Amino acid sequence: MTEPQLADPIAAKEHARAMGSTVVENMPVLPPRADDLPDGVSQDDLIWEETIAPGGYAIRRLNRGARLRLIDLKGDACAGLQIFNAEMPTERLNVADTVKVQWNGYLGQAEGQGKLLLSDMGRVLMSFIADDAGTHDCFCGTSNEEGSSAKYGKGEKAGRYFLNGRDRFLLGVGKHGLSAKDVHPCINLFKGAIVEEDGAITPQIGPFDPGRQVILRAEMDLMLVIANCPHVLDPRDEWTVTPLRATAWRGSCTAHDDPVRNETPEGQRAFLNVEDYYRR
Amino acid sequence: MGTDTLEADPQTDGLTGEIIYDETVPARHFWVHEVKQGETLRIVDLRGNQAVDLLIYSAADDTERYSAQDTVAAQGNLFLKKGSVLRSNEGRAMMTITGTSVAYHDTIGGACSVESNSLRYGHFTKSQHACVENYLKASLPNGRTKRDIVSNINFFMNVPVMEDGSLGIVDGISAAGLTVDVRAQMDVVVMVSNCPQINNPCNGFNPTPVRMIIAK
Repeated sequence: MTEPQLADPIAAKEHARAMGSTVVENMPVLPPRADDLPDGVSQDDLIWEETIAPGGYAIRRLNRGARLRLIDLKGDACAGLQIFNAEMPTERLNVADTVKVQWNGYLGQAEGQGKLLLSDMGRVLMSFIADDAGTHDCFCGTSNEEGSSAKYGKGEKAGRYFLNGRDRFLLGVGKHGLSAKDVHPCINLFKGAIVEEDGAITPQIGPFDPGRQVILRAEMDLMLVIANCPHVLDPRDEWTVTPLRATAWRGSCTAHDDPVRNETPEGQRAFLNVEDYYRR
Repeated sequence: MGTDTLEADPQTDGLTGEIIYDETVPARHFWVHEVKQGETLRIVDLRGNQAVDLLIYSAADDTERYSAQDTVAAQGNLFLKKGSVLRSNEGRAMMTITGTSVAYHDTIGGACSVESNSLRYGHFTKSQHACVENYLKASLPNGRTKRDIVSNINFFMNVPVMEDGSLGIVDGISAAGLTVDVRAQMDVVVMVSNCPQINNPCNGFNPTPVRMIIAK
């Protein structure tokens, strides 16, 4: 029912404008502000502060050298990532190369685990420079309408939408001017997938302690899509996901003596390829 | 020549229905072919341990294509075996592995490329042939591009994963004459790169031909 005081455009304008200062749990902060930046990071270098809603998504451009910190605020976030070279988005995250080139199926800080997210052009898109979560997933991909509606119910149920990751990715790439063919195999941060010897997958869904975080460094100029939807193998009957916080700040490009750059010969060559790409 | 004079061909054993296609794909070559719903594609590893990189597109709409991740998530297992349903990025069944004489096949190792070769082996591999080169040559005349290349299936390729996550392409578990049968659940276009890789064991360091048979 239309409220009578909104019957004319002036009243509607005032009504709309009165909402402008509303603060909710899940929203971007503009200009960005964060009172918990790591030591040595200036507030002036902060470029992004946003809390991504359960079922929400965010798109962002990050320049080479930027740091992206993702925090699983309440222990049940699942950050699905699509990563593109911003100036040539046909170059994108290649999950198969990421695990094959690093000779390991897990992403993390443990000995031998992958710290690099590789493109299909033999280059490093992002690298892990901090990670106290350790439960990430290169194998399972994201949820889609077919599976999600079979599991949680179709569309809207009891006033809630059971949003799925593929739908979020499609919207996210769409807003970068891309389309369905640009949606590629993803990685999931904060939810893990353990592989048994016979190939069986055991999902690591938690819920985990609140506040676990990952810091990624952009190794190229990037376009990102981040979707925060339940992991596709979440065993719970209820659609369950909690807010995901994203913070980014400017930083310097990876130095030649950087330990992550030099950890493996394959990784070193991937950085050589990045450096070669920007040699112009 | 009457059929009663034909030599028995063990490589077609078990295929029911009329054989409507039967060709050999030379070593290092690509292959694209439509497989209609209900038809079965049999791939024969003629000489043993020859990786066959394969992608599937819906013939009606190629934005719907094979998804390794959807396939793995739906079956809760990395390995492709008899009974594995090969799913699309929309989660739908595209093809089903109805039989195979190899224990399991890979879908996490992806396709080799000139670019990934530079990381895995070194920049000296720049002029070597690779599966992504095959995929591009197969795609471009059909209106598809690099954006259509996603994580694929590697039939006859062995990628075990150890407890600490260590993984790699290791010696094959296939042998000469072993086969895999995939039945189409929808009309599909199948694109294959008969892998030219010579720097790892996926082709026994020696790429060889494979045989493609389609039965109605």
